[in-house]
Amino acid sequence: MQVIAKRPETLTAEPFTYCPGCTHGIATRLIAEAIEEQGLINLMAGVAPVGCAVFAYKFFNFDMAEAAHGRAPAVATGMKRGRPNMHIFTYQGDGDLAAIGTAEIVHAANRGEHISVFFINNAIYGMTGGQMAPTTLAGMKTTTSPYGRNPEDIGYPIRMCELLSSLVAPYYIERVSLLSPGDILRAKKAVNKAIQYNKEERGFTFVELISTCPTNWGFDPDKAREWAKENMLPYYKLGVYRDKGAGVE
Amino acid sequence: MSKILMKGNEAVAEAAIRAGCRLYFAYPITPQSELIEYMAKMMPKVGGTFIQAESEIAAINMVYGAAGVGKRVMTSSSSPGISLKQEGISYMAGAELPAVIVNVQRGGPGLGDIQPAQGDYFQAVKGGGHGDYQLIVLAPSSVQEFADLAADAFDLADKYRNPVMILADGMLGQMMEPVEFKPAKTQEELDALANQHLSWCICPNADGDAKHHHEINSLELDPEILEKKVSKLYEKYAEVEKNEVRYETYNLSDDNEILCVAWGTAARVVKSAINELVAQGKSIGLVRPITCWPYPYEAIASAIGPKVKKVYVFELNSGQMVEDVMIAVNGKVPVDFWGKLGGIVFTPADIQAKLEACF
Amino acid sequence: MPRVTVDPFYCKGCGLCIIACPKKILRFSEDINDKGYHYAECFNQEDCTACRLCYITCPDVAITIEK
Repeated sequence: MQVIAKRPETLTAEPFTYCPGCTHGIATRLIAEAIEEQGLINLMAGVAPVGCAVFAYKFFNFDMAEAAHGRAPAVATGMKRGRPNMHIFTYQGDGDLAAIGTAEIVHAANRGEHISVFFINNAIYGMTGGQMAPTTLAGMKTTTSPYGRNPEDIGYPIRMCELLSSLVAPYYIERVSLLSPGDILRAKKAVNKAIQYNKEERGFTFVELISTCPTNWGFDPDKAREWAKENMLPYYKLGVYRDKGAGVE
Repeated sequence: MSKILMKGNEAVAEAAIRAGCRLYFAYPITPQSELIEYMAKMMPKVGGTFIQAESEIAAINMVYGAAGVGKRVMTSSSSPGISLKQEGISYMAGAELPAVIVNVQRGGPGLGDIQPAQGDYFQAVKGGGHGDYQLIVLAPSSVQEFADLAADAFDLADKYRNPVMILADGMLGQMMEPVEFKPAKTQEELDALANQHLSWCICPNADGDAKHHHEINSLELDPEILEKKVSKLYEKYAEVEKNEVRYETYNLSDDNEILCVAWGTAARVVKSAINELVAQGKSIGLVRPITCWPYPYEAIASAIGPKVKKVYVFELNSGQMVEDVMIAVNGKVPVDFWGKLGGIVFTPADIQAKLEACF
Repeated sequence: MPRVTVDPFYCKGCGLCIIACPKKILRFSEDINDKGYHYAECFNQEDCTACRLCYITCPDVAITIEK
């Protein structure tokens, strides 16, 4: 008998600190698998965010930096410019990337930094206990939008793939979801493509992964996936927004 | 090597490049813009990296990343921009990352003005960012020293794995003086520098070597472990205090009736005033701290001669370093302070008048 | 013959693998693991086809599949 699926070598033995059923863990695994499949374990380094993935530096089995909230793209820029022979990615949530770190992500993308950014969008601040995120849907109740997000008051949720697609430099931008095994397989392809482009030094690559937060949404893990399909996917349209390697501009 | 007439902002940049700095990230602000412009011009010529960042915050986090991969890296700014960098500085101290930060101070608070000032002493020396940490703080008082301290700053940062700040001001940044540079690092020296931190920094895993897992990190949720980590930082800081205190003394003697303490640009002006008064037969000494942290407490205490009736502190602020002088003097003699605000640099005549009134 | 193993050390009992399994051969254990979760376990290895859907869905990378 032969092992056909197991924990990749690019993950340490450390158990994830995500809540039960949270799809963050799937995103973390997909990145680890892509790095293993591209044979980059000795040349890869990542930047962990502040948020639910704050301990990502313990999960990946290669060198990692922990960044201040939102600053991962700037930290990754310094790392890549300092060691151009290495390959660098950031792992960031929606509060980290689309609120406090908006300037850093927009300008790293605009410079076309040769890094990969994996953006986990679950429309909420998970780690701090379910506050409103820049990606929280209109009408959605959180602990800081207890009457539902009112776009007239606080604005509409930010769509980062669309926003970054207005820039010339980014090489690859895709939004995928982690809401079913089929979705996960499609997400795996996108993550692999980003890491492959990273390996080939093509330019800035960005994958947004629509994810769940069963704990703070107040659903069981399966119901959370269904809720996301019904509510998030109509607003956050899946698809390739930019792929210069495949002629999608 | 012959002397070159240069602005302080350019001299410190040139000295940094000669010291092996090949990564520089910053954002324009007056009165340090010549520094970023010099780097923009010169870094490509030496195969280095120059990025004009989107903000001071981004710039300091790029420094965090570059220091994390073990390379000599620098940023610079002026007071309001240095405030923005405090987040990253605290993280770098926590993660024990070596880097050099130049502050060409201007008048504050807030936007203040763009004239020379020394109002960021507390910020540089007593914290600035959050948490328990120390920067090594070097205060030049001439363009030559500004350049010399750049090289020393990188060595200290690497030796102690700690951020080092060069605390200059708009006068030193803008003023032109003759400066003589140390020779640039040879390729061999540069290679050695590039490899000096491989035991802890983010770096490739050589094929066949045991797989390493280096973490650049300041997070530790276990209070007991965090306490140990911070205590270890303070053991390191104690070593810095033991080994790295620097100061200049001027005209010290047992005949001194007044002992002056001043730093940076202020100390230059005080020296001129002392020269005038010495010519008139008065005896006044000066201690000029070169390291604002670690602070030369003992040097000041031991400079208080038998006839000293007052220690007089002059700064281009509302009285910041004077608090450290008081700690050093410890009530032995009275400590007086006079300063100018708003980015106004006092003149030798101003200081002379203040000192004459003591006799 | 294919074989699926859930490592109780990593499993948090979220149940997503149980839903994903087309052969319905996974269930929550009677026992609890060190974290206090009823972890997933396979009760009928013979029916496993090594389709990997459980592995793909598992957020904690707790599953190993052999074939």
